[in-house]
Amino acid sequence: MPDPAAFPARRYDLIKEFVIALVAVALLTAGLAAVLSSPDVRPVTLASWSRAAGPDFTATAVAELAGTSGTAEYGPPYNHTPGAAQKLGPVGLQNAAGVRIPVDTANDFVIGPLAHAPEPPGVRAALAAWAAAPVSRRQDWSKAYSDALAKSPGGDPAKVAKGDYGPVPVLTARLLDLARSGALDGELPGGGKFYETDYTRSLLFLSDGSYLESLARTEHLGGDQWGMMNETGNYPGQAWLWLFTFWYQIEPFKSSGNADALIWGVMVLLSLGLVLVPFIPGVRSIPRWTRVHRLIWRSYYRDQEAAVRAGESGR
Amino acid sequence: MSVPGEDGAATGPYTNVSASGGWTGAVRRRAVKALPPAKLLPDTQPAYMASWIYVFGVLTLSSLIVALVSGGLLALKGPGWWHVSTTGRYVNSLHLLSVQLLMFFMVIHLWGKFFMAAWRGGRALTWITGAVCFFTAIGTAFTGYLVQQNFDSQWIAGQAKDGLNAVGIGAFFNVMNFGQMLMWHIVLLPFVLGLLTAGHILLVRWRGIVPPIGATDPAAGGAAAPAARDAR
Repeated sequence: MPDPAAFPARRYDLIKEFVIALVAVALLTAGLAAVLSSPDVRPVTLASWSRAAGPDFTATAVAELAGTSGTAEYGPPYNHTPGAAQKLGPVGLQNAAGVRIPVDTANDFVIGPLAHAPEPPGVRAALAAWAAAPVSRRQDWSKAYSDALAKSPGGDPAKVAKGDYGPVPVLTARLLDLARSGALDGELPGGGKFYETDYTRSLLFLSDGSYLESLARTEHLGGDQWGMMNETGNYPGQAWLWLFTFWYQIEPFKSSGNADALIWGVMVLLSLGLVLVPFIPGVRSIPRWTRVHRLIWRSYYRDQEAAVRAGESGR
Repeated sequence: MSVPGEDGAATGPYTNVSASGGWTGAVRRRAVKALPPAKLLPDTQPAYMASWIYVFGVLTLSSLIVALVSGGLLALKGPGWWHVSTTGRYVNSLHLLSVQLLMFFMVIHLWGKFFMAAWRGGRALTWITGAVCFFTAIGTAFTGYLVQQNFDSQWIAGQAKDGLNAVGIGAFFNVMNFGQMLMWHIVLLPFVLGLLTAGHILLVRWRGIVPPIGATDPAAGGAAAPAARDAR
């Protein structure tokens, strides 16, 4: 490999090039920002969810009490649900990392927020009944109410058939009231603390319902639409995640229960491949085979070929 | 007390001190030897550097600077500012679009360097730092989406947690913890990206612009005959 300093040189002003590029990019950005702006769809709150889709909110709250929601059955890092963790072949990294962000959906999402608020006597009695009942009884009440809600017209709690639901209807109705008032938005993440920057509980609760996803689908953000590659509105978003989301659309990943872990494995391998291109036989020779470099350095090759022709004709 | 000079001879306390200087002097001598001023800030380049593809490296750096400045303003005013201020919304748009340009320019730069096999001639570390810059930039941009405090942040956090949890990362890197993600986005990842970018640029200056594939030493009178292992 010859030293670059051995080749004929031409004048070049590094600082001038950098300043011109910086000004050009700053102006281009300023122009694009003025024309395109940036999307800013307001976040969904527990208040807006409960007001717009009360039955979905109530059904989700009951599932949190019953321990049948997505979060309740998630496994690590939130809880110890047996068999829920994904595996990469024989390797179970999800289990190995352990339960680092413990979430007890019944207590954290429903019972705790109600217990922290000043409640009317009926709700206090319902909380006491829930606390006094064994776990199996609580699950029976929650499951029965969940089934009854599913059968009622529009999932409306007011139209649920009579049954033995214990204190569950009182608890979830009160939680709906708290959510509609906006109080639950402050209570759920903070649990009564003043400062709070962790929205894990609120987002998990929201994600367990179907309202958030229905909004995302109307914005074309579903996993089989543009997923997290896109942004709300007509913006490109995280286009650089195209390869990551691509794998979710094809077999065997599409139907695998370990899709997330498998796709992460594939992406780590491909990323390592990109980093180590200089050392991978075959891949590192692609530039020579494709000859795209002949376009990049076309003036150099033209001069070299002219020199060779001149040398041959001079013999 | 006398100090040995570079030739090993003992000198007086105030003479020839620049030749020694302990660890600091050793680092300085090594740095100046690897990157003398004319190499660090060159005013000539090899004539083969004559293609638009060379522009995309400096365009990537320029976009990074615009992104850092606009992001710094957003961070100074607080993450809620851009939702309630027209100026803030515009600065956020500058930040978003500078990042989009950054990723666009960087991908073209990366493809260009791939087809130039720019890792040749002891430049593998230059390629590696560039590729790691690419992944660090993706991580930085991703955490940026998580701290916008809007619907996109909520949806992206909910979707991303599953992949991260499945490989055990989510237990430590919680995309739903706004405070944690803000720290990654405005402190840790930009710091790493800045260091990597500086290292990458210094490596480019140190090794010089990679010669064309197949080029031989002009002083040896070689033409375009490819060297046997040159394209690796």
